[in-house]
Amino acid sequence: MTTYYTKDHEWVRVEGNQATVGISSHAQEQLGDIVFAEAPAAGRSLRKGEEAAVVESVKAASDVYSPISGTVVEGNPAIADDPAIINNDPEGGGWFFKIEVSDPSELDGLMDEAAYREFVASL
Amino acid sequence: MSMDVDQPTEQLPLDSWHRAKGARMVPFAGYEMPVQYEGIIAEHVWTRTSAGLFDVSHMGQLLVHGRDTARALEKLLPGDFQAQPDMKLKYSLLLAEDGGILDDLMATRRGEDFYVVVNGATKHGDIHEFRTRLPRDVVVDYMKEQALLALQGPRAAEALETIVPGVGELGFMEGRSFDWNGQPLWISRSGYTGEDGFEISVPAALAEDLAEQLIGNPLVKPIGLGARDSLRLEAGLPLYGHDLDHDTTPVMAGLTFAINKRRRADGGFAGAMRILAELENGPAQKRVGLDVDGRQPVREGALVLDGEGNEIGKVTSGGFSPTLQRPIAMGYVGAPFTEVGTALKLEQRGKLFDAVVTAMPFVPHRYHRKGAV
Repeated sequence: MTTYYTKDHEWVRVEGNQATVGISSHAQEQLGDIVFAEAPAAGRSLRKGEEAAVVESVKAASDVYSPISGTVVEGNPAIADDPAIINNDPEGGGWFFKIEVSDPSELDGLMDEAAYREFVASL
Repeated sequence: MSMDVDQPTEQLPLDSWHRAKGARMVPFAGYEMPVQYEGIIAEHVWTRTSAGLFDVSHMGQLLVHGRDTARALEKLLPGDFQAQPDMKLKYSLLLAEDGGILDDLMATRRGEDFYVVVNGATKHGDIHEFRTRLPRDVVVDYMKEQALLALQGPRAAEALETIVPGVGELGFMEGRSFDWNGQPLWISRSGYTGEDGFEISVPAALAEDLAEQLIGNPLVKPIGLGARDSLRLEAGLPLYGHDLDHDTTPVMAGLTFAINKRRRADGGFAGAMRILAELENGPAQKRVGLDVDGRQPVREGALVLDGEGNEIGKVTSGGFSPTLQRPIAMGYVGAPFTEVGTALKLEQRGKLFDAVVTAMPFVPHRYHRKGAV
């Protein structure tokens, strides 16, 4: 089970041909208190880089892009009921959606955790 | 995720103090300002329950003095400054000749002079307006060496009283000079959160000592711009550059209390013809509060639609209310839609939201009025 990161601060954790997607701890910290989140519905097909979800903090609205192409298996209902979970547990209970990966080779261009940490430090 | 990055700007006298307290700094009104310390919601709730310390040194502090200053100011502002009692504050509006609002401000009579506090983003423009439109024998001094702190919240008086004894005797919208460790502070009982509180004008060189002493009290925490915005939105208070601008008038903005009785009868202020006609006949558009259905914030720029989908206005401020735990907004709508209870739609990024026109403030004001229990 490997976690990859995008330059737009999403993470994607791959298990077999399914992946879970969320936003990084750095991203939630930058956004501040999250008051609204909307995950994509099951069955929606997403292309890599496409707007997949919305997350809103007190200050601003942001789009979450899909790090990978595929079909949404499940959106996380917990983030709509209690958006603060994204602040409290961004890379665990605050996940956004699970997706059936259509092209695993797309993962090649993403960063692993160490590379992402270096990327964030350089910002 | 999409994230914006802006360019750095001027520094406040308390810049390094904010950073040492863990503030995240953002560009605002030409300065780098603290947007939050521990988090906007926690800071918001702290201000509503205890006392929050805000650095508002970006705002312009002006001293207007010279010959017949009260009468001179009345050309540009619709308030009755000739009848303004000494040491009392008055909320007013700097008007363009066409009646549009150039800024909103607080003016305090100090003897024959007026101490005027204007918004940070507009202060240089305001100074130019005052200097070019007031008579030559009225002088506008920009008090650049003064910092401005606000202490706001139900326990602000208790906290400030411990270091500035006697400050609790001030009534709402009253100010005077106080001694603090042998240094003069100009303190007024005022603010922009809807809570009781104070604004403190302090020489910039002493601002850090004062801030440090204030937060030495466990009732007081530093509060950023983010919470200042959500607090004033809940209080229904308009923010210049968003809810007020040159295209709005005092009547459109619902600020008719700032046009005093004698001024309504006599006119004689910039844009009086248009403004008095609007008072008489009602404005074409008016600022209203909006309760937004659901949980998603609807923000500045969203369109307001009537039941048939026609555009009838625009949201000028909106966000999530930490006190009410739901989204609230204010905006301008056409005259037929200003009645409290009117059902409207809001359109943001292609999505429709149900909203209802509501009375403001969203959260009741708790100002300290003398004689009130």
